[in-house]
Amino acid sequence: MESGPVRREIVIPGERLGGKDVKPGRGTFAEGDEVFSSLLGIRSEEYGRVGVIRLSGRYMPAPDDFVIGTITDRGASYWLANINAPYPAALHPAETPWRVDFGDTGRYLEVGDTILANVLSVDEIKHIELTMQDQDARRLTGGQMVEISPSKVARLIGKRGSMIAMLKDFTRCRILVGQNGRAWVDGETKDMSVVARAVEIIEEQAQVVGLTESVRAFLETEYGMRAGPRPG
Amino acid sequence: MRIMEDVEHIEKEMKLIDENGLRLDGRKPEDLRPIKMEVGVLRRADGSAYVEWGGNKVLAAVYGPREAHPRHMQDPTKSLVQCRYNMAPFSVTERKRPGPDRRSVEISKVISEAFDSVIFTEQFPRASVDIFIEILQADAGTRCAGLTAASLALADAGIPMRDLVASCAVGKIGDVICLDLRKEEDNYGDADMPVAMVPRTGEILLLQMDGHLTLMEFDKAFTLVKDAIGRIYEMQKEALRTRYAVTAEEFSDQTENQPYENREVGQ
Repeated sequence: MESGPVRREIVIPGERLGGKDVKPGRGTFAEGDEVFSSLLGIRSEEYGRVGVIRLSGRYMPAPDDFVIGTITDRGASYWLANINAPYPAALHPAETPWRVDFGDTGRYLEVGDTILANVLSVDEIKHIELTMQDQDARRLTGGQMVEISPSKVARLIGKRGSMIAMLKDFTRCRILVGQNGRAWVDGETKDMSVVARAVEIIEEQAQVVGLTESVRAFLETEYGMRAGPRPG
Repeated sequence: MRIMEDVEHIEKEMKLIDENGLRLDGRKPEDLRPIKMEVGVLRRADGSAYVEWGGNKVLAAVYGPREAHPRHMQDPTKSLVQCRYNMAPFSVTERKRPGPDRRSVEISKVISEAFDSVIFTEQFPRASVDIFIEILQADAGTRCAGLTAASLALADAGIPMRDLVASCAVGKIGDVICLDLRKEEDNYGDADMPVAMVPRTGEILLLQMDGHLTLMEFDKAFTLVKDAIGRIYEMQKEALRTRYAVTAEEFSDQTENQPYENREVGQ
C-alpha cells in the first residue's frame, strides 16, 4: 500500500493498473490476475478498488445525475427526452409532479420543451428513465441553452462552485449546469451572450493552467470591475 | 511538379537500395519514416487525431457511442463499429475520383473489424461507434497510418478499449525485407504486408499481403514489424499523454465536485 499524497497519473487504454493485490473498479477490466485500464483518464483508488476517471468522451448517464433534456417524442403515457446520451431517456407520468390522464401528456410537456430532471435508473440494456420528483425539476421557460463537453462540466463549475459563482456574480444570470454537458442560462440578452462566450473560453482552455484567471479577465473587460456580492 | 513526374517514370529496374544498403530516403531496412502524432485536433468530433507518417497525412475523427441508424442495423447486445476510410481527390498524383471505390470499401471493412475486437462494444447496446479516416496525402502505408490515427481518436473520444491499436507495414525490396515502404518502394518493390496488432498481447487484428514472401521471409518480416509496432505504440502513448497532461493537473482539485451543488434551490 502506498501512502502520501494522492497520485494523479494519466492512464491509457490497455495500461496495467495492478496485479492480484488490486480489484478492478470503474473504467477497468481484468484479464487473468491483472487489471488494466479501458479508458483514457486518471487513475483513482476508491473503496479498495482501482478505477479510472475519464477525461473525455460522451455523456454516459448514471442514476441521480442532474440533467437538462429536451422532449423529442410523446406517447399516450410517456415522453422521450434527449439528454445528450447515446440513448433516448423515458419519462413516465408517475415520475412527474403532475397528475397526467392517459393520452393527455401534451398538456404538460410538448415536443421541443426543455426540462430539468434527474436520472432515475439506467439498466443493463441502457434503457434510461428520468424522474421529475424533485423540488428543482421542472419545465424550463425562457433563457437559452449552452453546451459544453461533459468532461469539462467540472471546470465550468470550478472548485466548490467558484467558477459558476463568479459567472453569476458578473453576469447576474441564473445558470444551471447539468451533468450531461448542458447549461441553462437566463438573464438579459447581453449577459447571456457573455456567459456563452465565457463557456466557450472554458471549453477551449479547459486544460490550461490559470483558467479561472483568464475567465475573470474576460469578464472584467466586459463589465469593468464589478466586485462585491450579487444584488438580491 | 517536375519531381513528381519523374517519380512516376522510374524504371522497374531502378535501384531502390544502394550499394551501402540504404534506401531511397537514406533509411536502413529496419528504419521507419518520421512520424508525428497529434490528438484532439477537431472541435466538433468526440475524438480526433492527426498523423503525419513520412509523406502520409491522415486525419481521423470518432463520433459516438451514438444511436445507430438505420435502426434495423442496431444490435441489442452490442454496439456497431462503423468505419469510413476515404482518400481526398488531391491525396494522390493523378486526381482520385471522389467517393467510395472497391479499395476504400475493403479498407473500411478491415479497419472496422480490427477495432470491433478491441472496443468493449457490449457496453453500448444498440449504439454505434463511427470512425472517419480521411487521407489528405498518400505515400504508401495509408491504412496503417489511418489505423494508428483512428486508435488515438478512439482513446480521445473516451471509448473503452482493451488496448490501443498500433499498425505498420513491412515489405520486400528485391531480396531485402524492409519496414514501412514508401510509395516508390511499394510500387516497384516485391511485397507489401500491412499488420495491425494489440501491442500488449500480440494479437493480430489485421494482416494483408500483396506480393509473395517465403516462409522464412515472412518470419523475418513479422519479427521486424512486431518491433516497429512496439515503437509506434510508445509514440501513441506519448501523444495521448502530451495532450492530457495539463488536464490531469487541473483536474486534481476537482474530482469531488458534485455539479448539482450549484443548483439554485427554490427559484
